[in-house]
Amino acid sequence: MCLGIPMLIIEKSGNDAVAESGGVRKSIRLDLIETATIGDYVLIHAGYAIEKLDTEDALETLELIRQVYRAGRGEDVS
Amino acid sequence: MTDSGALGEYRDPSLARALAGEMQAIRLERPIALMHVCGTHEHTIARASLRSLLPEGVRLIAGPGCPVCVCPARDIDRALEAAKRENVILATFGDMVRVPSSESSFEKAKAEGCDVRVVYSPVDAARLARLNPEKEVVFMAVGFETTAAPIAASLADDLPRNFSIVPSMRLVPPALRFLMARSAGAIDGFILPGHVSAIIGRSGYAFIEEEYGIPAVIAGFEAIDVLRAVRGLLAQIAGGARGTVENQYGRVVRERGNERAQSAIVRFFEEADVPWRGIGTIPRSGLALRREYERLDAAVRLDLPEPAAAVDVREGCRCHLVILGEAEPETCPFFGGECTPRAPYGPCMVSSEGTCWARFEYRSVGRPAGR
Repeated sequence: MCLGIPMLIIEKSGNDAVAESGGVRKSIRLDLIETATIGDYVLIHAGYAIEKLDTEDALETLELIRQVYRAGRGEDVS
Repeated sequence: MTDSGALGEYRDPSLARALAGEMQAIRLERPIALMHVCGTHEHTIARASLRSLLPEGVRLIAGPGCPVCVCPARDIDRALEAAKRENVILATFGDMVRVPSSESSFEKAKAEGCDVRVVYSPVDAARLARLNPEKEVVFMAVGFETTAAPIAASLADDLPRNFSIVPSMRLVPPALRFLMARSAGAIDGFILPGHVSAIIGRSGYAFIEEEYGIPAVIAGFEAIDVLRAVRGLLAQIAGGARGTVENQYGRVVRERGNERAQSAIVRFFEEADVPWRGIGTIPRSGLALRREYERLDAAVRLDLPEPAAAVDVREGCRCHLVILGEAEPETCPFFGGECTPRAPYGPCMVSSEGTCWARFEYRSVGRPAGR
């Protein structure tokens, strides 16, 4: 029910926008987001963007997990 | 649920295995019970068989995390009362269609001639009202905070007069409070729902730290998100200090959440004491329309009668115990026999977010062949 799909904003006009993910395009609403521009990833739920995706944070988390992976394989993690 | 583009690595199974391996190193002195309260988490856990990767002695319980499953029969009965009328179109999210009411369901009502339409967004429901000015369109407004925000935002549009809602939204923090009081220390940590948290923020759970000190982690929905959350909880528990609320879903969840979404909800709704299916009434755990927006309430607009005594738990059904994490779906005599996703007997078998649904659908995952 609380499924949120990350989609990329590709068109925007006021609070109406078109977002895309995996080749699927959807009309979405941006009323609940303060600033969103074309090129932002947003989380879509029930037709509305409910939050902007912080891609920098996402990549940092991934790097932390990669370190765990490398440590598990006995590789140098520094 | 999935991350796009460069973030596809969130689904890399070798990273999940590395996290699971690291978790085995944490020393625990007693059996540990962790609870999540999100149907999407249960879906991830069941699909990737994450329970089989946990250290011995760690139990991961599915709590009341599916808004469809906890929607009381009373509210569905009320919507059906409206749907039975000649000039009414009932708009609902797809997951609600087969949820049992006291005696029927939206699906059965449709088969009997009621006009039931599935919508993806509350905006689509309002559009139906615009396209059918001679009809009354009633939207079944279910969901947690995640869904309450879009519903509230849609009410701010210039709505046609022939549109109203059956408010049946539920709030997660009061349910957590209820669970912590009920379990009296039997739950050692909580995995908190990522997309509810996107709305209410880490600060929405301040009471857990302040009043209970039970470890909690806000988690995303990939297998590695859930494994990291478990690892974080076990580390807190092994450390022995008073528990805190960690945000491990920083790519989506901010400290204070989405304040614009919170304002939208507060503009139209106020907290109300409402029943949760099979659990009973939890104080201030639901959203009722504010008095100045009462005209948007289907019960007021269509002058619907108070439903007769509702039947939440059908005879023999164990969903109410499953929802509280007090029974495993597999221990129910109906599981997989008289109750399947194709022909659900209880509410937890209806939606792909329901604990019984997920356990049934992925029942062979992670088990050796022949068992």
